[in-house]
Amino acid sequence: MKILVVDDFSTMRRIIKNLLRDLGFNNTQEADDGKTALPMLQGGEFDFLVTDWNMPGMTGIDLLKAVRADEKLVTLPVLMVTAESKREQIVEAAQAGVNGYIVKPFTATTLSEKIEKIFERG
Amino acid sequence: MTTEHNKATIDKAQELISALEQNDKTSIDSLLDELTKQRETQLFQELGKLTRELHESMSNFKLDARISDLTEQDIPDAKERLNYVITMTEDSANRTMDAVEAALPVSENIKNRANELHNEWTRFRERDMNVDQFRQLSTDLDNFFPLINEGSTMVHDHLNKILLAQDFQDLTGQIIRRVITLVQDVETSLVDLIKIAGKRMAPVETDQEVDKIKAEGPQIQGLDDANDIVSGQDDVDDLLSSLGF
Repeated sequence: MKILVVDDFSTMRRIIKNLLRDLGFNNTQEADDGKTALPMLQGGEFDFLVTDWNMPGMTGIDLLKAVRADEKLVTLPVLMVTAESKREQIVEAAQAGVNGYIVKPFTATTLSEKIEKIFERG
Repeated sequence: MTTEHNKATIDKAQELISALEQNDKTSIDSLLDELTKQRETQLFQELGKLTRELHESMSNFKLDARISDLTEQDIPDAKERLNYVITMTEDSANRTMDAVEAALPVSENIKNRANELHNEWTRFRERDMNVDQFRQLSTDLDNFFPLINEGSTMVHDHLNKILLAQDFQDLTGQIIRRVITLVQDVETSLVDLIKIAGKRMAPVETDQEVDKIKAEGPQIQGLDDANDIVSGQDDVDDLLSSLGF
């Protein structure tokens, strides 16, 4: 499974990549905001998107909306991993079609549970 | 004073002169009254203008709400956020050191046991071992395999904990970025303040549309409105399941 990890902080990208590798997902690529991520998704045959919300350039919520508006990407599973924890924001993400929402700081168990849930529902 | 105004005064003055020449007491009195009133009106107008300007300068200064927001809200708010940065970095450092301290004896134990068994194994290969000693070696080896398995799983878990403890860099980074923006706002406001002191300035626009879903970085318990933010991952899951997830 090919996964794109989008976060403006490289430390967080490394943490998520390492946790994913631990869960058996070795094929990951990185982007530092929505603007760089979107063309990668459009051309890269990704199976799963893990994205932060608060990023300069293009935020994660805008990336999610762009993904859902693109007929090739409309069904791509999207997991949001973010420090944004306002109720309105979570509702907004749900309405925009997010498949899972994790608030930072998070645990390895939470990440594995949410990924499992996304793919069992598949 | 306008030319028209001057002309009116000159007219009055000339009337006064002719009244004086004719010794017309009634006219003299009324003309003198009129001239005095005119002066007084001008004085009051000037005084009124000055008062208004002073008042406007004062209220412009007070109404520059960005300044009062900065001092009343944003700066104490920034202090709290920076305190949160200290707490987070301290917590991450402690979590990292806890994991290292827990993992070190485990790997140390594996290393020592491996050394002992290696020596025994060498003796066996050199046929320097009797049957009883070999039986002991065999039992020790049987016990060693689960020890490696258990120990390396434990070390693996601790390494993952160390990995996750690095999340502070992202979270504190977002907070510090926000405080940097605040410092820039303070700088701008101070420059504006100097401008106000130097010459009069239009009041700063302060009405800003509040974007409820704008990304702000980590919300902080006790600082951001508790009703607006979720208390943890369980709360997120509850909210999402209430939305049919």
